[in-house]
Amino acid sequence: MSTFAALGQLGRQLGGSRVVVITTSALVVIALIAIVGPLFSPYTYLDSNLDVRLLPPTMDATRYFGTDDLGRDLFVRTLMGVRITLAVAIVATLVSLVIGVVYGAIAGYAGGKVDAVMMRLVDTLYALPFIFFVILLMVFFERNFLLIFVAIGAVNWLDMARIVRGQTLSLKEREFVEAARLIGVSPTRIIFRHITPNLMSVVVVYVTLTVPQAILIESFMSFLGLGIQEPQTSLGSLVNNGVRHTEGAPWMLFIPASILAFILMCFNFLGDGLRDQLDPKERSG
Amino acid sequence: MLPEARLLNRGIGPEPETLDPQLARTTQSHIALRDLFEGLVSYSAEGVLVAAAASRWKISADGLRYKFWLRPEGRWSNGETVVARDFVYSFRRLVDPETAAFYAETLNSVVNAAEITAGNKPPEALGVEATSRFELEITLREPTPYFLSLLAQAATYPVREATVVEFGEQFARAGKLVSNGAYRLAKWEIGLAITLIRNEQYWNNKNTAIDVVRHHVTVEPSVELFRYRAGELDVTSTIPSEAFARIRDERPAELRVSAFLGTYYYGLNLNYPPLGDNPELRQALSMAIDREALTASVTGRGEQPAYSWIPPGVQNYESPVLSYATLSTEKRNAAAKRLYTEAGYNEANPLQIQLRYNTSETHKNIALAIQAMWRHTLGFEAELINEEFRVLVTNMRAMKITQIFRSSWNGDYNDAYAFLAMFESDNPSNMFGYSNEDYDLQLKRAAKQTNPARRRLYLEEAERVLLADLPVIPIYYHVSKHLVSPSVRGWQDNVLDYHYSQHLSFD
Amino acid sequence: MQQRGALRFALTRLLSAIPTLFLIIVLAFMMMRAAPGGPFDEERAIPPETAANIERAYHLDESLPRQFRRYFGGLLRGDLGPSYRYPGYSVAELIGGAMRYSLQLGALAMLSALILGVGAGVLAAVRKRSLLDRMVTGLAMTGISIPIFVIAPLFLLVFAVYLGWLPASWGDSESGLRYVLPVIALALPQVAYVTRMTRASMIEVMNSDFIRTARAQGLSTFTIVRRHALRPAMVPLLSYMGPAVAAVLTGSVVVEQIFGIPGLGQLFVRSALNRDYTLVLGIVIFYATLVIVFNLLVDIAYGFLDPRIRRQ
Repeated sequence: MSTFAALGQLGRQLGGSRVVVITTSALVVIALIAIVGPLFSPYTYLDSNLDVRLLPPTMDATRYFGTDDLGRDLFVRTLMGVRITLAVAIVATLVSLVIGVVYGAIAGYAGGKVDAVMMRLVDTLYALPFIFFVILLMVFFERNFLLIFVAIGAVNWLDMARIVRGQTLSLKEREFVEAARLIGVSPTRIIFRHITPNLMSVVVVYVTLTVPQAILIESFMSFLGLGIQEPQTSLGSLVNNGVRHTEGAPWMLFIPASILAFILMCFNFLGDGLRDQLDPKERSG
Repeated sequence: MLPEARLLNRGIGPEPETLDPQLARTTQSHIALRDLFEGLVSYSAEGVLVAAAASRWKISADGLRYKFWLRPEGRWSNGETVVARDFVYSFRRLVDPETAAFYAETLNSVVNAAEITAGNKPPEALGVEATSRFELEITLREPTPYFLSLLAQAATYPVREATVVEFGEQFARAGKLVSNGAYRLAKWEIGLAITLIRNEQYWNNKNTAIDVVRHHVTVEPSVELFRYRAGELDVTSTIPSEAFARIRDERPAELRVSAFLGTYYYGLNLNYPPLGDNPELRQALSMAIDREALTASVTGRGEQPAYSWIPPGVQNYESPVLSYATLSTEKRNAAAKRLYTEAGYNEANPLQIQLRYNTSETHKNIALAIQAMWRHTLGFEAELINEEFRVLVTNMRAMKITQIFRSSWNGDYNDAYAFLAMFESDNPSNMFGYSNEDYDLQLKRAAKQTNPARRRLYLEEAERVLLADLPVIPIYYHVSKHLVSPSVRGWQDNVLDYHYSQHLSFD
Repeated sequence: MQQRGALRFALTRLLSAIPTLFLIIVLAFMMMRAAPGGPFDEERAIPPETAANIERAYHLDESLPRQFRRYFGGLLRGDLGPSYRYPGYSVAELIGGAMRYSLQLGALAMLSALILGVGAGVLAAVRKRSLLDRMVTGLAMTGISIPIFVIAPLFLLVFAVYLGWLPASWGDSESGLRYVLPVIALALPQVAYVTRMTRASMIEVMNSDFIRTARAQGLSTFTIVRRHALRPAMVPLLSYMGPAVAAVLTGSVVVEQIFGIPGLGQLFVRSALNRDYTLVLGIVIFYATLVIVFNLLVDIAYGFLDPRIRRQ
């Protein structure tokens, strides 16, 4: 069956799990609020009003989350932070997903020498201090939003490739693949029409683990001053800024930090739930 | 009963990179060096130039010959006497191209210094001579009124020749370094702290109160503040802006804020449009910045709005002031808008320009605030580009892609020329593409002038020309800000922010 | 018989690591040089003659291939070169000094993470779905959902500044107390991961046939866990150790910055920002070697722990 049909079947299977449904809904709701929410506020993320700096959250004047040290509205900025953090995480994960799946599937299917060489490359890249790589990349090249995705994705695909390769190796021996080969289906077609759909369950689980990782990496880069550039912001950037104001303006830290923690927890619970549903061997209990 | 050793814990900021006086590049290295060594002259706690390794000096009438009499009781930390030859050696070392000293140009006014550094003459040709054991003579190319203050700089500190010869580039390490100042080097734990202990041999040792000084590396200002509050530090190197208001309320007596010889500015690249050939635009951009709101709210540590280029506090000097300094904010903004339109920009044709700054909370906040002010008053959206420090520095020097860039200029010595030199047409620090014959002329006249009153006029005229052309937008004058524990005595505010540990004590 | 096999395995792996290492060195060298700005660019511009002198002193005026040959030649002699930023200090000595702190910190953190994590994970697995289990799982979940750079400063604020129980920084004293906060901050996410992993793995093992047999024989849970379940349950944990070490080194950058510890993470970031070419390369090589050796050890340990894998 095609990849899409496999995903559809997956969706139906997952709908049975309470954890999966709740966490997915929570994430969707958060994403929706992040997109629609700013419409309910008269401020933009740019408006800097030095007369209203460091206001605590309040219901009047619609400063729901208060203001930051430059007098910018935190409600709007936090929502932007959510949008950007989720976007970065999802896109970066997709990048590592695509690269990892393609790479791993090819390596696993080809087997033999090709597989050995490809995995050797993976091993080499593994031994490069990942975080050092990221720092070097970001420190040296012009701050580019796109580069953040690429950096995160380019570093994360290694795990995905390994797992996919392992799965492919075992799938390769299955009868339906043998049959396809005997009929004369081209390797490319076999990989994309037969093997990849069966990887979906493993991949989906892995994606939910990679997303929190990507989020934390982006926050870490903001910590180093290398993440999303002002005046745009991400949750990681907001949290980093908020840490410095913990005593003077604690809401600047606790609001974005709680939201960040909640999103991470949702993804982690989601990952657990998916694993329970899809891979009974790997049940987390 | 032995008194407990009096230990002073100071936060120094980022890590110093070396304790070799001729190789030192950063402010932090200089702080540690000031406690270790002593130049021919030094500064008192109030910031006045005083005798140090030299007990007296004489300057010839034409300002070209300086004669110094060294203190015969001056000693190295190993007990040997400090002699004139030590200074000759060290000055030659500074200009020697083999040393590759960063601040070799400090002695450029000395005869042959520039030629030696360029490799065209041997170091022995330097116009410095030991005429007797304790007498030193220096000959200059042209009268340099501020020359004495250069001799208080770390680059001119003496080093002991035998030590350098014996240990080579390792001579500046603990256990090897021999110094002539109030303290000697006990330990340097890279990344942690530099520990200095009393130099018993120092000629003025009896007036040194503190026995042990530890300069702690404090990279994060907020963490430095934690350490101060926890009692681990007696003095901090700075104060984080977000905590400033609270500290002012809670610990006003410990807060030391003082005027500092430094200007925070936005540099403009005049090599091409939109800033080149458009003085109206440059003035408009400058006018539209509400410096008062900026210094009150965004930096909020007592910085002063800058309507001149040179900060107040420079000896024998008074800056001309930009005309709009006294205007109200509304009038100034209106005038800015008018100039902006005159410069050829309006709503249909807004200015498109890039503002670069290097990674730092302060720079970011100021850039954001100014971007908002320009948006509000002039109606255009400046593009903010955050670059890592060395990337920005490279771009500024290249002058190929920069338009507006953030920078600061601090005066190495207390003289107006320290701030004006960089705008001369041929100066390597001229990152603005600025070239004005009149300006260069005024400075050349000042350089030849031995009469201080007349020299001052030339310098002030130069600044007037500068402010009319505005190759830079001065934003505010820096302040030095420290927290000083109430038990520490002897800390005096001064515009150079030099605080020698030998002037401090506990009560 | 197995000894010789293990030795050959180790040797082959080490030998094949050499081209990997070479590739890494070349890559890192090129990346460093591709970066704009050099080690001697400060805000203050220097006259061209001074700049030329400095470049000559550090061989920066030579062609890139020549500089690489010079550097690599030094490497072959075991010399990592002098630091560009700290005159008179060699790269090896700077790394050694920083490594002392990182090693202490990292080892303590990993050890506590393992002990606490395995302990908590086993307990939770054995008492599945009990209150204890839920609490442990909940805490673990929190541990991986809150970034270190939030936890560390908060701990610092509460325990060092407000309560004054612990030192606010590394440099203040030699006391062992200064380890407490950084180790906790570093270990917390790892404890969480280890707990989750152990719990999951333990549950699976406890459900397996041979455990059920043991239980049917009337052995107590404690004996079962200790003698039969623990070892196989640890196997998946092993594969996590590689990335765990990497994570600790990463997290250490944050912890080191916040607590002012002059460790390897801090050294790397600073040397990258300072464009201290030799120091950066030295750390990259050091780290890569560490990872390679560590992975090798893990693979060997795998062989010991799980005889099934050895046969492959």
